[in-house]
Amino acid sequence: MARSKAHIAGRVWKFEDNVDTDAIIPGKYLVLNSSKDLAKHAFENVRPNFASQVIKGDVVVGGENFGCGSSREHAPLALKDNVGVVLARSFARIFFRNAIDIGLPVVECDTTEIEDGDIVYVDLERGNIHNKTQNKEIPITPFPPFIKNIIDAGGLVQYIKNAAQLESREPRELEMD
Amino acid sequence: MGFTAFTVVASDPLLCNEIFFILLCRVMTATCTLFLVKGQPRMGQTIAEKIFSNSAGRVVTAGEFVEAAIDVAMIHDITGPLAVKTLYEITDRVWDRTKVIMLFDHQVPADSIDAAVNHIELRKFAKREGILNYDVQEGVCHQVMVEKGHVLPRELVIGADSHTCTYGAVGAFATGVGSTDMGAALASGKLWFKVPDTIAFDIDGKLGRRVYAKDMILTIIGDVGVNGATYKACEFGGETVAHMDIPSRMTLCNMTIEMGGKTGIVAPDKATAAFLEERSVDGDFTLNSDEDATKVLRRYNASEMVPTVAKPHQVDNVVPVTDVEGYHIDQVFIGSCTNGRYEDLKAAAELLEGETVARGVRMIVIPASRTEYQRALKTGLIDIFTESGALVEAPCCGPCMGGSFGILGPGEVGLSTSNRNFVGRQGSPMAAVYLCSPATAAASAVDGVIADPRTH
Repeated sequence: MARSKAHIAGRVWKFEDNVDTDAIIPGKYLVLNSSKDLAKHAFENVRPNFASQVIKGDVVVGGENFGCGSSREHAPLALKDNVGVVLARSFARIFFRNAIDIGLPVVECDTTEIEDGDIVYVDLERGNIHNKTQNKEIPITPFPPFIKNIIDAGGLVQYIKNAAQLESREPRELEMD
Repeated sequence: MGFTAFTVVASDPLLCNEIFFILLCRVMTATCTLFLVKGQPRMGQTIAEKIFSNSAGRVVTAGEFVEAAIDVAMIHDITGPLAVKTLYEITDRVWDRTKVIMLFDHQVPADSIDAAVNHIELRKFAKREGILNYDVQEGVCHQVMVEKGHVLPRELVIGADSHTCTYGAVGAFATGVGSTDMGAALASGKLWFKVPDTIAFDIDGKLGRRVYAKDMILTIIGDVGVNGATYKACEFGGETVAHMDIPSRMTLCNMTIEMGGKTGIVAPDKATAAFLEERSVDGDFTLNSDEDATKVLRRYNASEMVPTVAKPHQVDNVVPVTDVEGYHIDQVFIGSCTNGRYEDLKAAAELLEGETVARGVRMIVIPASRTEYQRALKTGLIDIFTESGALVEAPCCGPCMGGSFGILGPGEVGLSTSNRNFVGRQGSPMAAVYLCSPATAAASAVDGVIADPRTH
């Protein structure tokens, strides 16, 4: 993993439990497909100033069940460009997979005491969070080895590309109905 | 094969010894394997474990990570474009064009230039790959996948939509995935999964008058909570579910994602077989969790359930309808993959027949598919809706996602038979959405405020 991704320092944007995917990116923007376009509308309905004030490397912090709801990958994509890492006590299943797949770091840890506006350092390599504002250390729940392999590959696309089976495939037959 | 080799080379004594040794090893290995399978007591398996064992090609148990073969993959107009992009980043074609189904339902007919562009790109993709594309014609993806017989019991199905879990109603393990996962599956025909633990919802008793599968699943979600089933397979069983038709089971399975579930599933039975037979599919689809399989059991009594409403802005914020009777509403929506089937429309029409939608309330009815639309048309239900003053729209997701039409304005209140009531889900973040059954929605449209369908 690149150093820039493993070491994150930023301001905390704290959210409640059960942040849903409609809150992260409202349905009306799902026609957009690029992270740049989607980022302009991240959290628009619930934190209208987020998109204009977020600084690259900032940290989104949730409680339980972060990213519940839709399977829209537009949700982690809307965060990917600016958000260094998402911390939450727990994640909804599809959001968690999507984030890992596209290379947005998501970390399970006890976020109870982290406050909005705190400055935190997240070291994904050592598995540690330092809350500079509160001068506190927070341990990270490590990833299962299988998921770590995908993260180490830089996301699912590269992970699959690394698997030899597809490379040995025969050339495409140009046959159509 | 070993014996053929043995016969051919038997004239060479040295080689013969070697081959005999190899054969002996094989026989011993086979015996050991047989002993492991038959002799060693092993815990029984859940439906989910059985399906994943089949798809992974080995015996697996909950908690394991597996690479599993996908039987069917579904993409639609919203999540499709990103999935296709991922596919072509990995390889140059879909792994099996007969196993991919595409259709448009979220923004149908195209409601913006951006939506039209997405449709154009996906049409090109379908043509290039030779995959089945229902385009805008057939309706909401989950309804179409099941009603056209694209999903069978025991299959592992993925869809680039969180409500893919609906297909468990016919005994498949079906789950929603994101676009990158879908792109990877389109490229390789495989995807990684964590084999889920199972919660068995055992439901007995008879549902009361004007109480439906929707009230049942809202009651269950209220009990379990919005993350109470995260990563879990939710098996619905018991006497009540055994007597349920497939459309009701679809409603039940559809909303398992609203408690975090990875899938909802009902063991295939006679009703499943009859449903599939109507779609010219037959076979032995027996599939059950073993008695000694590891499951968390939750029991419910259907006869105690009442018409139920989920208040804003969380699906587990449920109350009996009597708690919110008389609440103001601006719009009523009947439709979606949760409750847009013929049976849902019929339940609503029964309450609307001879009545009119109250002044000040607008009502939108959207059948979930062309097939369901035609059934409703031929049996006079559409007449009842239009006579009452409801707007009947062509099959699509409609207001459910808040990205197309029927959008709620600031301060407005919607009552909806769909599945989510998040902030801003159906339009303005200043609007509020209540979720309910089609009967409750229809009764409320007539009264002009949230109403108990049992009083009608």
